[in-house]
Amino acid sequence: MKEEIIIAGFGGQGVLSMGKILAYSGIMQGQEVTWMPSYGPEMRGGTANVTVILSDERISSPIVHEFDTAIILNQQSLDKFEPMVKRGGLLLYDPNGLTAPPTRTDIAVHRVAATAEAAKMGNAKVFNMIVLGAFLKVKPLVKLENVVKGLQKSLPERAHKLIPANEQAILRGMEIAEALSA
Amino acid sequence: MSELRLMKGNEVIAEAAIRCGCDAYFGYPITPQSEVMETLMELRPWETTGMVVLQAESEVASINMVYGAASAGKRAMTSSSSPGISLMAEGLSYLAGAELPCLVVNVSRGGPGLGTIQPSQADYFMATRGGGHGDFHLIVLAPSSVQEMHDFVFLAFDLAFKYRNPAMILADGVIGQMMEKVELHAPRPRRTTGEMLAEVGSWAVTGKAGRPRNIVTSVELDPLRHEKFNQKLQAKYALMREKEARHEELLCADAEYLIVAYGISARIGQKAVELLRAEGLNVGLFRPITLFPFPEKPLAERAKQLKGILCVELSAGQMIEDVRLTVGNTLPVAHFGRNGGVIHSPNEVVDAMKRLINSE
Repeated sequence: MKEEIIIAGFGGQGVLSMGKILAYSGIMQGQEVTWMPSYGPEMRGGTANVTVILSDERISSPIVHEFDTAIILNQQSLDKFEPMVKRGGLLLYDPNGLTAPPTRTDIAVHRVAATAEAAKMGNAKVFNMIVLGAFLKVKPLVKLENVVKGLQKSLPERAHKLIPANEQAILRGMEIAEALSA
Repeated sequence: MSELRLMKGNEVIAEAAIRCGCDAYFGYPITPQSEVMETLMELRPWETTGMVVLQAESEVASINMVYGAASAGKRAMTSSSSPGISLMAEGLSYLAGAELPCLVVNVSRGGPGLGTIQPSQADYFMATRGGGHGDFHLIVLAPSSVQEMHDFVFLAFDLAFKYRNPAMILADGVIGQMMEKVELHAPRPRRTTGEMLAEVGSWAVTGKAGRPRNIVTSVELDPLRHEKFNQKLQAKYALMREKEARHEELLCADAEYLIVAYGISARIGQKAVELLRAEGLNVGLFRPITLFPFPEKPLAERAKQLKGILCVELSAGQMIEDVRLTVGNTLPVAHFGRNGGVIHSPNEVVDAMKRLINSE
């Protein structure tokens, strides 16, 4: 197994931490992982993205030019990364704020209304875990128990009381992922 | 007992410094390596191992604090990024001239000048040709993974003290900023005063009670004596060339073409090799791990079977000069590299290799 994933959205949406939790979950499952962020001035108030690779074998490049999965959380990121999904790959997106939805027909497109769902749950901060749950529903690369262990490892001790809420959000995301094409 | 963690390259430099028994870190913040000092400040090693962590007023001050601590026989280090390393040039020359061991980490970014904050490998010349005035070399290690960022802190200090010479870890913004799984070594305690005296007592300024005076300096006004000293330095570098060159080979046994690359370009190059092999092309990867000393012998040996070499670096072509010095005009040697902070993608490297193959 090797999965090359781009997670992209606005700075502040939890893009980098979602990637970190996913990467730590992979370690807990015994996988090799890399996490490569965009860094620099463009992150503040602008777009943020991170490339996460999970693999059973040693990973060569943390930088790739096409992805098995793109997790997309804003329009700029959709415009940039939709063309970079491998044929037969997965595009998962939150429709919130999108004016031009994805158009490719040679990839699987899934929609998860995570922003709306987080608002319903009354906790905007778990938005990224709803997205992660939806992704893991479509591609069960890591077991939920390892994601919880990944949360424990990536969150500071003082935030461990938030783990149940995050776990609940992951489960909710698994329920609301919608396949638009396959 | 070792420990598995997901860490940034910069964070792991700090963690490894504490674990390898480093006595002192002096630094000044600069992107993309500020997490080194931030992590040290967060870990507060002065409360556990007694290691000093100090934010200096500039890079010039940092490197001279390293000079002071190293003169006293301590394991001292600093870290910075390209423009900050330029400011340290004088200090590096003085450290080499006084034969002082230390560790300098350069997480390089695009230049020249203040440049960008994005990754680059354009400091190869500066690192491997000394980086200051006079005939000297640093020992230069080029990590290509977060694990090696950890391991090379230990190795750099060991080599620096073995040869009484400054060592540099030459990384780049990608290796510094990315996270990977890393296995942390069990902590090695800081040397006791007795252990330190046994290691450096013959030259360091440690208090002269009971022995003749040690003098640490880089000045010598008599040219004949200074020529002798320079010859001694050169003999030391010759010994390093013989004993300390390190490299890694991947799929080289049957290779007709080679990608030669270090640091992040070696990782991207490895992916390019995978893609080229999938198309039936016999391409391998040769990765210098020490940039000084450059692994000349194994590359010259490998070149005998080759039809061409592609050097891949995030620069306009710097390491390629060492490759050409090694293999001469015996075969085509081409360069590929984005620069100024842009990172090449694996498929760009694949295309560059195909251009080389088709130009035969």
